[in-house]
Amino acid sequence: MTDTTYPEISIQTADFSLADEVALLEHDNAIDGAVVTFTGRVRNQNEGKDVTSLTLEHYPGMTEKSLSTIIKQAKERWRIGRVKVIHRVGELFIGDQIVFVGVTSKHRQDAFAANEFIMDYLKVQAPFWKKEACNEDVNWLDAKSSDESKAAKW
Amino acid sequence: MIKVVFFAALREQLNCNELSLSGENLATVADLKNHLASKDETWQQVFANSTLLSAVNHDMVSSEQTIKSGDEVAFFPPVTGG
Repeated sequence: MTDTTYPEISIQTADFSLADEVALLEHDNAIDGAVVTFTGRVRNQNEGKDVTSLTLEHYPGMTEKSLSTIIKQAKERWRIGRVKVIHRVGELFIGDQIVFVGVTSKHRQDAFAANEFIMDYLKVQAPFWKKEACNEDVNWLDAKSSDESKAAKW
Repeated sequence: MIKVVFFAALREQLNCNELSLSGENLATVADLKNHLASKDETWQQVFANSTLLSAVNHDMVSSEQTIKSGDEVAFFPPVTGG
């Protein structure tokens, strides 16, 4: 089911509510029996260092375009209903939610696969960059080759 | 005119958010990179990095991509969102 009034992508500084997002995915949507959600959060450690905060930068315009391409590819590959991708930008602290991907489908397998696909592709294609603060130290994070291989497996 | 924008570590290394140039004699992204690298040592170092990514009009492209007046070209490091 494609609901053109449902906003699929949101880039925002504000936090989001998992319960509200699930309610929107389910609202007036009796044909989909599966709802799969993923939430990414700021960890307190990265590669052995204590993280105090993250600052996320993105490329407005390209971010939305690349996410909508990823969603379109997911819809071509799996029978899915609604999709929602939220990515926060700006300064975030330990435990804060960063990213949300929600997918509905008639049966669970399509929603599980599409959700993981969207997340794996977002990691390597969507123009976001994390700057990590570890006490006094502030560094841009390097991309991980493991993320490239996860996306390549699709 | 071609609008060129920079992001994340690249933006900080170059101390430049964006610039505009005429684009004459610049047929491809590779030409533009060579042109920018000739500015000074810092720019040369930044553009010598093989992991640098490029986008034209919000689509990720390779260095062979042709460019024309009116395009927005972006340079940035590998992405680290999610």
